[in-house]
Amino acid sequence: MTINVNPPVAPDTAMQMGPQDYIRRSASSVPAPARQLEAVAKLIDVSKCIGCKACQSACLEWNDLREEVGVNAGVYDNPHDLTPNTFTLMRFTEWVNPETDNLEWLIRKDGCMHCADPGCLKACPAPGAIVQYSNGVVDFVKENCIGCGYCVKGCPFDIPRISKVDNRSYKCTLCSDRIAVGQGPACAKACPTKAIVFGTKEEMKAHAAERIEDLKSRGYANAGLYDPPGVGGTHVMYVLHHADKPSIYAGLPDDPRISPLVEAWKGVTKYAGFAVMGIAAAAGVLHMAISGRNRVTVEDDEEARRLTAVAPGAAPLDPSKETLS
Amino acid sequence: MTNSWTDIRNTDLVVIMGGNAAEAHPCGFKWVTEAKANRGAKLIVVDPRYTRSASVADYYAPIRQGSDIAFLLGVIKYCIDNDKVQWDYVNAFTNAAYIVKEGFAYQDGLFTGYDPEKREYDRATWDYEIGEDGFVVMDETLQNPRCVWNMLKEHIAIYTPEMVERICGTPQEKFLKVAEMISECSTPTKTMTSMYALGWTQHSKGSQNIRSMAMLQLILGNIGVRGGGMNALRGHSNIQGLTDIGLMSNLIPGYLNIPTEREVDYPTYISSRGFKPLRPNQVSYWQNYPKFFVSFMKAMWGTAATPENSFAYDYLPKLDLPAYDVLRAFEMMDQGQMFGYFCQGFNPLLSFPDRGKITRSLSKLKYLVVMDPLETETARFWENHGEFNDVDSASIETEVYQLPTSCFAEDEGALVNSGRWLQWHWPAQNLPGQAKHDTWIMAQIHLKLKQLYQEEGGKFPDPILNLHWPYADPGDPKADEIARELNGYAVETLRDPNDPTKVTVEAGQQVPGFAALRDDGSTAAGCWIYSGCYNQNGNNMARRDNSDPDATGAYLNWAFAWPANRRILYNRASADLDGKAWDPERKLIEWDGEKWAGYDVPDIPPTSNPRDVGPFIMNPEGQSRLFSRGMMRDGPFPAHYEPFESPVVNVVAPAIRGNPVARVFESDRATFGDAEEFPYAATSYRLTEHFHYWTKHVWVNAVLQPEFFVEISEELAAERGIEKGGWCRVWNKRGSVQAKAVVTKRIQPLICDGKPVHIVGIPLHWGFTGAAKNGMGPNSLTPFVGDANIETPEFKAFLVNIEPSSGPATA
Repeated sequence: MTINVNPPVAPDTAMQMGPQDYIRRSASSVPAPARQLEAVAKLIDVSKCIGCKACQSACLEWNDLREEVGVNAGVYDNPHDLTPNTFTLMRFTEWVNPETDNLEWLIRKDGCMHCADPGCLKACPAPGAIVQYSNGVVDFVKENCIGCGYCVKGCPFDIPRISKVDNRSYKCTLCSDRIAVGQGPACAKACPTKAIVFGTKEEMKAHAAERIEDLKSRGYANAGLYDPPGVGGTHVMYVLHHADKPSIYAGLPDDPRISPLVEAWKGVTKYAGFAVMGIAAAAGVLHMAISGRNRVTVEDDEEARRLTAVAPGAAPLDPSKETLS
Repeated sequence: MTNSWTDIRNTDLVVIMGGNAAEAHPCGFKWVTEAKANRGAKLIVVDPRYTRSASVADYYAPIRQGSDIAFLLGVIKYCIDNDKVQWDYVNAFTNAAYIVKEGFAYQDGLFTGYDPEKREYDRATWDYEIGEDGFVVMDETLQNPRCVWNMLKEHIAIYTPEMVERICGTPQEKFLKVAEMISECSTPTKTMTSMYALGWTQHSKGSQNIRSMAMLQLILGNIGVRGGGMNALRGHSNIQGLTDIGLMSNLIPGYLNIPTEREVDYPTYISSRGFKPLRPNQVSYWQNYPKFFVSFMKAMWGTAATPENSFAYDYLPKLDLPAYDVLRAFEMMDQGQMFGYFCQGFNPLLSFPDRGKITRSLSKLKYLVVMDPLETETARFWENHGEFNDVDSASIETEVYQLPTSCFAEDEGALVNSGRWLQWHWPAQNLPGQAKHDTWIMAQIHLKLKQLYQEEGGKFPDPILNLHWPYADPGDPKADEIARELNGYAVETLRDPNDPTKVTVEAGQQVPGFAALRDDGSTAAGCWIYSGCYNQNGNNMARRDNSDPDATGAYLNWAFAWPANRRILYNRASADLDGKAWDPERKLIEWDGEKWAGYDVPDIPPTSNPRDVGPFIMNPEGQSRLFSRGMMRDGPFPAHYEPFESPVVNVVAPAIRGNPVARVFESDRATFGDAEEFPYAATSYRLTEHFHYWTKHVWVNAVLQPEFFVEISEELAAERGIEKGGWCRVWNKRGSVQAKAVVTKRIQPLICDGKPVHIVGIPLHWGFTGAAKNGMGPNSLTPFVGDANIETPEFKAFLVNIEPSSGPATA
């Protein structure tokens, strides 16, 4: 019997990307890239999503992640939160619309938003642990990660998770490895209703505009695009039926911003030394556990200053030696 | 499906009722989102639960499980009362004007001819008046009170919006909104599609649930048109193929019948299958029955099937009962009348109702053979797994053989999808371990049996010794060879009947389609409806041309659809009496003055005059049936009956419990409960994260939905003191299960006949093998009751009680 395989997919060279396309690199500087890639975006149309979790499944499969078999906690969300192995998670919210008194089951795919102005990258003291490409992808380079957890604090969306196994930070890569060879993210590929689509940011905005028009015609007067300006816009965007109330979708921030402390600290901070990073990592985890998420405290800020004051500074970037995560 | 998955994008209104397409058919559901995007289509969901489908619906209405007929007859009444009827269609293409036979009546929930002892009807009066010319008597003015239309109006008069609310618990304004949206599809330029699945079939009146919607679709003129139809969403990727090939105890392939023991010889058998047209000029395609039957017999027994021995008619088994369905099989095991069981590719310990009875029955077998790619619970029914399979292993003597088989991705062959498409597929990987293809196993068993009969003789070895077995490797028939056999071939050289000098098919060659089959033994075909799938052009099921001229959704060169590569059944009904499309924007086929042509393969002889020949060629009437004569065991019109276990009495016919002709065994009556002891209305269903009992063996799926739970409303949780995420116990007379409680706003108590009815939702997917957490399933609780027509178990409506619990000791 003949074994047939998937047909080969011709790589789209125009979409290829690599370290030469970095526009930002944590705790270090990068030379201006020779070219500017077109901005990409993943659009998640919450109004078309049926919550089937094919995206979650595809994410686990493509990234070769093994999540634990958990328990039922009285809801459909499984696992119950993002983890170092769960980069994306369907969050289910039962919401009674006060205007119609009808139940609405809001199902939002949570994961990294790939901010144009990434708080995680700005907060990160480890040179090259977080990078941003000129097409907008924000990626973690785990070889450079020191597990300090500052990215968690820097993220306005509470996305990164630190692994207890290897003490490094993990989140959605926007399938940078797939994009690099001209394919879209695995979640978009798996989505049966095309609730998740991927393309250039302009295309996605145009597509969203059509969807919003359709939703308005169906009575959702406040339908709109979620592309929050507080973080410079995002490369993962949502179409929401109730764009005036993002937080009803399992706590999607109404107006996300990077903590001003991260911004201030970033102005002073440059490069952190690896020698002290081990201590910093442990301290970071401890701080995260104590001070909760999404907030950078004064103590954090001071600690970062202390660390970076003794840092010898990182070597300038050599794109040819950088690897994709 | 009368239509296809891809055709759903042509619709204006999707009604999901009796199913949950987004949950259970997420990939097919994409065509609903396409319809919304392309045509601005609306989606209505009617379901006891606010489902994943409801989450993307334009309108949702709740309904109590098991009350769909009342709801649908209410919609039909609404359409008739408000003159939302596509009259040209109804007049031309349905039996509305036929006169019903004297003596037929309906009263107090029963039709004429009921025998309470046998739980059966004498259906003699359930027919038309036949005139002296041998054709049915009609009144095209619809004035005669005995015409089907007036009888129907009278029959449904009680299903007012008030009555619908009383029975179904659907608030009147919600029912009326749904009825209004549906009624708008009575114009020729708006169509509605019905997507349903086990939510309609798994009831003691499942067939009538579907008939009710089919009648509504006929009244709206939505059958045979693009974006319309009755679309059954099949649960397994090849369950359509299973029914086509005749894996029903009373069928042989292509929906032909196994003879009964009263049909002692072939002339007797065939004499009741004349299918004489009931109206002039009609096709009545079943008149070709002998051609299909004889060709099947030639495929089975080759040269041993001759005109002299009536094509080996005596080789076929003869039924002494209407059917040996699964419920009967387990009843017989339990009664000690069945000693061996071959269980090929399914898991009855978790799939059949009343698990206690299933365990008891399997324990009485001498041997059980399980052919499956997975470690099923059935193969390990004798193993003690604490609360999850509490059996006394030492007392079970059944010998169990496990034969590991291939999974679909390791097989070559065709899967038949819901839209009747035979899509060929190739293996993605080789067989693991000692696994073998099912065909290899069956061939080995056959050859061994044959050898034993040859060596030792037997009472009647002929059917096995003479079985036509033409495969290159007799021990391992290939998918390609079997597919060719199903398509059919010429046994002798075929000649044009009008010009005998002209050879149409050489002996040994594949026939082009079922029109070439003959009743004289000169052709062979394993399954006539598949004929054309593998003909002189090669394997048409392997075609992968996805071109779609004018974007009609037909995709005629993608795979092969039975019959004859037709994508929409009854497609002649897409055009008016003169053969012009009802909706010029959604043209399907049209009459060009000489022949029918268009985007699909015409469903009638291509040169038949549009005013002479009706679209429903399989019916001797040539027209469709609002009154189904004696074709169904439980009535020519649907009527509301409660589930066998119901929280309320039947307000239409209080004296009647359940469907009066549903499949019930006396031995099970003691296991039925009433609302006093078990006040809550339970239902069972599947979740999108899993596929039946398969994917709990897959780690990723187990992560996404790890543990057995039940769903209840916040009100019921408060009433019974059950906490969200806590443990609860659900029980009735048949069993008891413990589950996590999902407390949700998506289930609301319904007010039925003035009293609140609480719903308990019980998903299935968990057992004691695989990667997911050990758990139980609804079949520990479901009743051993079957549909009146096809014996499908009543999994969707039964009674339970519920209380908080501390969880299984071995969780």
